[in-house]
Amino acid sequence: MAKRSIVPFGPQHPVLPEPVHLDLVLEDEVVVGAVPSIGFVHRGLEKLVETKDFKEYVYIAERVCGICSFGHGMGYCQSVEHIMGVEVPRRAAYLRTIWMEMSRIHSHLLWLGLLADAMGFESLFMQSWRLREKILDMFDATTGGRIIFSVNCVGGVLKDMDSGMLARLVDTLNDIERELRPLADTFLQDYTVGTRLVGLGVLKAEDATLAGAVGPMLRASGVAYDARMLGYAAYGDLDFAPVTAEAGDSYARCEVRIREIYQSIGLIRQAVQKIPEGPIAVPVKGNPNGEHFMRIEQPRGEAVYYVKGSGSKFIDRFRLRTPTTSNIPPMLDMLKGCQLADVPLLILTIDPCISCTER
Amino acid sequence: MAKLAKSPWLLHYDGSSCNGCDIEVLACTTPMYDIERFGIINTGDPFQADILLITGGINHQSESVVKQIYSQMPNPKVVVAVGICACTGGVFKECYNIKGGADTVIPVDVYVPGCAARPQAIIDGVVKALEILQKKREDFEAQRRK
Repeated sequence: MAKRSIVPFGPQHPVLPEPVHLDLVLEDEVVVGAVPSIGFVHRGLEKLVETKDFKEYVYIAERVCGICSFGHGMGYCQSVEHIMGVEVPRRAAYLRTIWMEMSRIHSHLLWLGLLADAMGFESLFMQSWRLREKILDMFDATTGGRIIFSVNCVGGVLKDMDSGMLARLVDTLNDIERELRPLADTFLQDYTVGTRLVGLGVLKAEDATLAGAVGPMLRASGVAYDARMLGYAAYGDLDFAPVTAEAGDSYARCEVRIREIYQSIGLIRQAVQKIPEGPIAVPVKGNPNGEHFMRIEQPRGEAVYYVKGSGSKFIDRFRLRTPTTSNIPPMLDMLKGCQLADVPLLILTIDPCISCTER
Repeated sequence: MAKLAKSPWLLHYDGSSCNGCDIEVLACTTPMYDIERFGIINTGDPFQADILLITGGINHQSESVVKQIYSQMPNPKVVVAVGICACTGGVFKECYNIKGGADTVIPVDVYVPGCAARPQAIIDGVVKALEILQKKREDFEAQRRK
């Protein structure tokens, strides 16, 4: 047996903008074990729910993570609305769906860029992020923010999109779709990219299910599971079938995310066609009393929200299980047996969001 | 030494931010905002960095990491606190695990407010930091000659 050595990875390292620490146990160049230690971005914001008004807390919930901020606000609001029996206007549900899918496009393009950066393919990184700016401009035009939007509120949304804005959104999406094709071809057909991705970190369907993988990571292993099938917000009205791939390797995870960008563009087009006229919010009176579990599909996978209120304006408990929390155990399985040089790339293929995980 | 001010290297560390400012810092390096036109390169190595961009408030676990990164950077150096969390603790100020802004553990030269700080604001902050870096360099040189 080769001599074992332990290599520390992180918390400050060039691949991810976020701090995560792993102790990698190596035999020569091969990883035989990985021990994560987290807590570098723990803020304790679940506790803030006890000192903030439940309507104010939406702004805190959005700041769980800057990449999936819209989804966290929406998950929290939907849970509170369920407890209080508030029926959100259909137009608000459609607007939430549109913004949620825009978030997914922005998050996946961001991930594609980071993946290219981790491979050292700088021009591809720059091109992905250039394309992402188009969707951020649309966020800016529709909500007033590029990263944190603050458009969700308990009972609906705060801002509307008129028909001109919806048309502009569809035009932008057409541009993105056209410009994404050459990028997607590079990711999926380029020989050099293929040598880094194909066959790396294979996760079989049963292993993925057993380890609790969610989101694109699970779907890349051939399991057609997506929380959007539950039909929350306006998803029930739209044609939707989860995107899956069979191989379960890093290439499959990349392919699933690219196809999900096209799918999101399609979903927004459908939503724009079907969006009904009407109010965008209903007034909410009283305080939440009761508890509710809510699942929604974030860009990185399924997120679970739990809210418990006891009739006062402060909520008793808010709990959030984020997709990255579930994806870390399968990632540790994948790391075993890979080369040290592939570690950054493999960590990236789960699309880790440490800020969500540690809150 | 003067040449270095025209091509400062930048190091980014996430104190305990929500990612919002982090992806905006990264967006600064991409073609739309292109911080490299000021000769600035984003590096991952504290030993070669001149400017530390710090995002998010400081928590009990990241405190030692931030101090260590700061001490590893060669003199003279400047620190830019990006986003309202790094300036004061922001919306997370009352959280039990947040000590406060970046200036609770290391000296900060430029404060860039915003949630999330926009790329334009970040670039403005970095350009201000360049002036401070230049001044610190002159002082450093003068002291060395004595």
